[in-house]
Amino acid sequence: MKTGMLKISPGFEDIMPEEYRELVDNGPYGKNYGIGDLGSFKELLEEHPLCAGCGLALSLRLTLASLPMPEETVIVGSTGCSALAFPQVALHNIHSLFGNQNAVATGVKRALKLRFPDKEKDVVVIAGDGATADIGLDMVMQSWLRRENITTIMLDNEAYANTGGQESGMSMPGTVLNMAPTGKKFPKLSLPEIAHTSGCDYVAAVSPAKPKQLAKAVRRAILVARKIGPTYVQIFSPCPTNYKLNPKETVSVIRQREKDGLYQTKEFISEEAQAFLNTVEEKK
Amino acid sequence: MIEQKIVDPDYLFFEAQRTSQYITGSEAVREAIKRANVDMAIAYPITPQSESMHLVGDIYAEGYVKEYLRGENEFAVMSSVAGASMAGVRVFTATGGPGTMRAFEVFPTWAGARLPVVCAFMTRGINSPLTIQPDTIEMAYLLETGILMLHAENAQDLHDMLLMAFMVAEKTDVHIPVGVFADGFFVTHTRDRVDTLPEDLKLPGYDPYTAPVPVMDMENVPVRQMRDPFVMKSNFMSYACHASWQQEIDAAAERSRKYLRQYLGSLIDVENEDSDILVITSGTAVSQSREAIITAREQGLDAGLVKIKTIRPFPGEEIRALASKAKKIIVPEFNRVGWLAKEIRNVIDEPRKVVGAPRVFGGMTMPPELILDEIRRIR
Repeated sequence: MKTGMLKISPGFEDIMPEEYRELVDNGPYGKNYGIGDLGSFKELLEEHPLCAGCGLALSLRLTLASLPMPEETVIVGSTGCSALAFPQVALHNIHSLFGNQNAVATGVKRALKLRFPDKEKDVVVIAGDGATADIGLDMVMQSWLRRENITTIMLDNEAYANTGGQESGMSMPGTVLNMAPTGKKFPKLSLPEIAHTSGCDYVAAVSPAKPKQLAKAVRRAILVARKIGPTYVQIFSPCPTNYKLNPKETVSVIRQREKDGLYQTKEFISEEAQAFLNTVEEKK
Repeated sequence: MIEQKIVDPDYLFFEAQRTSQYITGSEAVREAIKRANVDMAIAYPITPQSESMHLVGDIYAEGYVKEYLRGENEFAVMSSVAGASMAGVRVFTATGGPGTMRAFEVFPTWAGARLPVVCAFMTRGINSPLTIQPDTIEMAYLLETGILMLHAENAQDLHDMLLMAFMVAEKTDVHIPVGVFADGFFVTHTRDRVDTLPEDLKLPGYDPYTAPVPVMDMENVPVRQMRDPFVMKSNFMSYACHASWQQEIDAAAERSRKYLRQYLGSLIDVENEDSDILVITSGTAVSQSREAIITAREQGLDAGLVKIKTIRPFPGEEIRALASKAKKIIVPEFNRVGWLAKEIRNVIDEPRKVVGAPRVFGGMTMPPELILDEIRRIR
């Protein structure tokens, strides 16, 4: 984004909506803000339409606030609850079809490399667990195997929430959900491990219960994707609506699962990525 | 790689000195793409298309195309093509038959997202049961996807239509995808004389900021911009947005007619238009029909030929006017369902004039005698 690109034409200041004026005057572009600055700047996500207590909405807010360079970031989403929030995200973002997000991102990233050879453009995929681990797994893994310079972020609410709470590959075994009327018959997919063996240079499993850890993982994943290779971040984001949780308990549910040994934070870093991160993080 | 100079498309198409080459349809694709100033090409193998994208890969290796990759399946390839196009580059791909079907969900989104993608379809039968043979049935499925459809009679058409397709697709008031269709094997795998363009000339590049929709690069406003905005909320405004958006895509296709006429000369070519019997068809069936008509006229049978070059937009008015003068219309086709006969019946005043025959499929060829038999039968 060129400096001064986002501005209001003279004479239109008073008729532009307040939230847009705030974005122009106090948005995060080129400011290098992080989650520690939340509350002091205009966030990228404007009045999301997701449910009360939605873990995914919280994860998305934290993720967007952790982007190292929002002014140069293009997001590719997919069908699902998060897609309902994306029209309100103040970044160029694409919704194509259900499951093809990593294939679309491949085209976007390579096109932007051609058009802006001297500029970093971060292409970040943000999609749900159904889109990432089920219908889109082929294209997600192929993008890793091809070593595309993109970051894949899964907002894992352990179900197809937008279509009414069906079992996904990321649901826990035994869980009774729509289309799993007698309980899920197979384990939760180990996508972080699959990502690691598929060549992702940085992999993390995090949750909004530990916002700083989430922010660090997102930032690391995007920096590594820029310079080294594909990266993956899985964010546990419980769904109060379909799992019949009290909306105010979303974060405590994550903590309980962690205590019970049913959710672990993870981080895999390739040697090359670690060496790169050392240089970047030392500078800071 | 030969240093290439950008020239005006009209000069390239109509004035530049051409060289006659004896090449296959797949090689004609290579010759066209070499001069099309393509940024990115994405490939996936399927017979009878594969060779064309091998050859595009070869010219990528030489430097004529800036980026090239093999995707993982046709759905993914068409999705990557969409991503590349939304991010502002000129992108080319090709497929055919079962590959077209595998990718199908993506085609209407190309049109819906106003992407000026150019895709070559080397048509082939689809699996019911398995066949790899020539057949144009996939075109029946693509008719209502919103993409423009040009149908090449031969390798020369394929070459010229591909180059022209980029220029039509990228017009601001059009800006929707163009499919260039060639009958697999008959065009792709046979040699023919093709008049190719000078190697040191190429089309102007694509300027994504002439698009009627924002480019996804964070370099143009508005930045709170989803491609494409959801219009699926349950209220009247959403329904009205969706309805008008679809109508706008139809209108864009209508607006392409003037550019297609400029480049192709016309949407149809007519020979002996005052004949009682008109053979109206597209693709390689045109060549077979031309042979049949020569013999028919030698035998004193009055028959004329209409070659349809654009299936979408369909030259309805042109065909309606011609049909009003003819007594009978024969529509030879390389598919079981007779989609072209249906299209023609839809636009003319007296649909019963149309004889939907001969029709061959499953890999059969269409000897001119079959068409001649129909002319004899109905005269």
